[in-house]
Amino acid sequence: MSEAQQFRTGDTPLPDVLILTHKLAREYNMGSETVRALRGVNLQIRSNEYVAVMGPSGSGKSTLMNLIGCLDTPTGGEYWLNGQKVSDLSDDALARIRNKEIGFVFQTFNLLPRATALHNVELPLIYAGLAARARRAQTAHALTRVGLADRMHHKPNELSGGQRQRVAIARALVNEPSILLADEPTGNLDSATSAEIMQVFAGLHDQGQTVVMVTHEADIAAHAARVVTLRDGLVAADQRQAA
Amino acid sequence: MSFFDSVRLALLQIRAQKLKSGFSLIGVFIGVTFLIIAWSIVNGINVYMTDKFAGTLVGVNTFHLRRRPNFTPNISDSTWRAWARRPRITFGDAEAVAGGINVPVITAWESTDRSIVEAHGKKMLDVELIAATERYFDIKNLRITEGRAFTTQEVRSGSPVIILGYDVAQKLFADRDPMDQRVHIGGLPYRVIGVLERQGKLLGFSLDRLVVAPALSPLQDLVNPPGVVDALIVKANTIDDMREAMSEAEGIMRGRRHLRPRQDDNFALETSEGVLHFWAGIQKILVVIGPGLVGVALVVGGIVIMNIMLMAVAERTREIGLRKSLGARRQDILRQFLAEATTIATVGAAFGVAFGVGLSVLVNAATALPARVSPASVLLGVVIGAGVGIIAGVYPASRAARLDPIAALRQE
Repeated sequence: MSEAQQFRTGDTPLPDVLILTHKLAREYNMGSETVRALRGVNLQIRSNEYVAVMGPSGSGKSTLMNLIGCLDTPTGGEYWLNGQKVSDLSDDALARIRNKEIGFVFQTFNLLPRATALHNVELPLIYAGLAARARRAQTAHALTRVGLADRMHHKPNELSGGQRQRVAIARALVNEPSILLADEPTGNLDSATSAEIMQVFAGLHDQGQTVVMVTHEADIAAHAARVVTLRDGLVAADQRQAA
Repeated sequence: MSFFDSVRLALLQIRAQKLKSGFSLIGVFIGVTFLIIAWSIVNGINVYMTDKFAGTLVGVNTFHLRRRPNFTPNISDSTWRAWARRPRITFGDAEAVAGGINVPVITAWESTDRSIVEAHGKKMLDVELIAATERYFDIKNLRITEGRAFTTQEVRSGSPVIILGYDVAQKLFADRDPMDQRVHIGGLPYRVIGVLERQGKLLGFSLDRLVVAPALSPLQDLVNPPGVVDALIVKANTIDDMREAMSEAEGIMRGRRHLRPRQDDNFALETSEGVLHFWAGIQKILVVIGPGLVGVALVVGGIVIMNIMLMAVAERTREIGLRKSLGARRQDILRQFLAEATTIATVGAAFGVAFGVGLSVLVNAATALPARVSPASVLLGVVIGAGVGIIAGVYPASRAARLDPIAALRQE
C-alpha cells in the first residue's frame, strides 16, 4: 500500500488507476441478522497489473468479485472503474459497464451448450449492438488469440475442458474490456490443463491486459504479480511477488 | 440487441428444442386453422348465396307472388297456421296482376311438386315437376340445348309436351335421343320437345332433376288443385322497376281480396332479399359461435405458451444470469423471451394458416360446402397468432428480465 496514493472521499483517481475501491462495504440482511461481507475495502489496481485475490471461504472475496464485476452494488463506500464512479449506477447502466469494461471467466465456463464456439464468443458483441459482419471479424480474432481458430464451429460438448475455458476467455476478451475478471478459472480443470490456462493468462498480461483473478489455490495465485489476501471482509495482506 | 438478432436467437432456440416448441404451438395452430376454415366456409356460402342461390332460386330484380313465403327461418306454429288459412293464388289473381302492372315486366306462372317420371320402363324418382308459362325459361335463365321451349299456344291449349332437365334426360334416355319420345307422369304421356342446359349443383342438390310442362297441361292437375298456381313470378329490368311493380301488385291483390287499410296482406311478395335475409340469420349464428370457438382455442394456446415459457425461464436461469453478466440489459432479456414466445406463436399460426387453407380447398373440392379462403382471415390469423404470443410471453419474459444476475449465475 506504500506506493499507492492516499484516497479521500471527494477525490478522483489518478488516470492510470483502473480499479479503485474506497471503504467499500457490502452488507446482507438475512432476516433479523445483518451479515457484513465487506467492511471497508481499500484497493487500487493499475492498468496492466496481474492481481490474484485470495482468502478463505467467508472472507468476502466472492462479494468483492461481484462488486468489481458490477454484478452487485455496494451498501457503502465508493467504487471507481476506469475513471468512472460506478458504485451508484442503475441496473441498465451497470449492464453497459459489464459489457464494455469487464470480461468474465467463470469456474464452470458457463457456455451455452447448444451454440457453437463462435456464437458463444459473439454474445457480448450482440449486446453491444454490433452488426453481424463486424461481430464475425472480432469473434474470429478473439478465438485466434486463445489458439482456437480451428474450433470455431464446434459446440462445447465437442471440446475438452481446457478448450472450453479458452472459449470462455475468448468471450471475455472479445469486447476488449479494461479488466479480465476470473473467478476460480482453474477450479474445474486438472493440473496440466490449469497450467495451460495460466499460460494463456500470462500471455494476455504480456500483451497489456489487466487481469484480476479470484482463487483459493496458492500455486495458481503464484502466477500473479500481486496477491491481495482478504480476511473477514478486510484486506489482510497485499504483496508483490516476482512472476 | 436488434430486432433481427432477437428473432434469430428465438429461431435458434426453437430449432434446438423442436419437440417442446412443437407442443407449445399446437394450441395456436388449432385456433388459427379453425379460424381460417370457419371463415372460408362462411365466406364461401356468402358468395354462393348472393351470386348463385338468390339468383338461381329467385332471380335478379324478380319477385314471387305467393300464398306464403318460401324461404322461412324460425317460423312459429301460430304464424304457420295463419299462413295455411290464407286463400291460394288463383289463375284469376295471376292474370289480373300480370296484366295490371304498368312498368315493363315479364311474368310467368309456376306450380311445382315432386314425383316419379317414367319412360320406356325406366323410372326416375323425386323429380321436380314444374307447370309454367312460356316466359318461365327467360325469367329463370334456363337455356334449352336441344329442341325448343313450348309456345304461348301450347300453354293456352294445355298441350301435353315437356322439357326435360339434364339429369332426367341422361337417366331416362341414356343412349338415345329423347326428342319426340314419350315420358309418363302420373300415368299420362307427355311428348319431349326439349332438353335443358346442365346447371350443376347447389349445396349438394342437383339443379337438373326437373321437368317443365305448360301451365294448363295435365301436369297442372297433378301439382295443384284446379285453378290455383303456387306463384306468379314477375321480373323487372331494374330494382326500381321491381319495387314499383311490387307495390302495384300489392295494390291489385289487396283490391281483389277486399282488404281494409288496417288489414295485413294475406299473400306474400317474396324477393331474393328474403332468401338473403334467411341466410343472414344463419350467418349471425356462425358469426357468434365461430369467434367464440377460435377464442377458446387461442386462450388455451396462449396459456400453453405461457407455461412453456415459464418453464424455459426456470430451466435457463443460469443462461439468463450469464447473458446479464455479459452485458444484457433488462430490455434485452425481455425482448429475447418475448421474441421467443411470439415466434413460437407465429410459427404455429403460419402452420395453422397453411393447414386451414389446404383444408378449405379440400372441403370445397370434396364436399357440398362451398369454402372460399378470405385474404383477410389469413392476415388476421397471423396477426392474432403473434398477438397471443406477445400476450402469453409478457409475464415469463418480465420474470426473466427481473432476475438477479448473481443469484441466477449461482443456480444449478
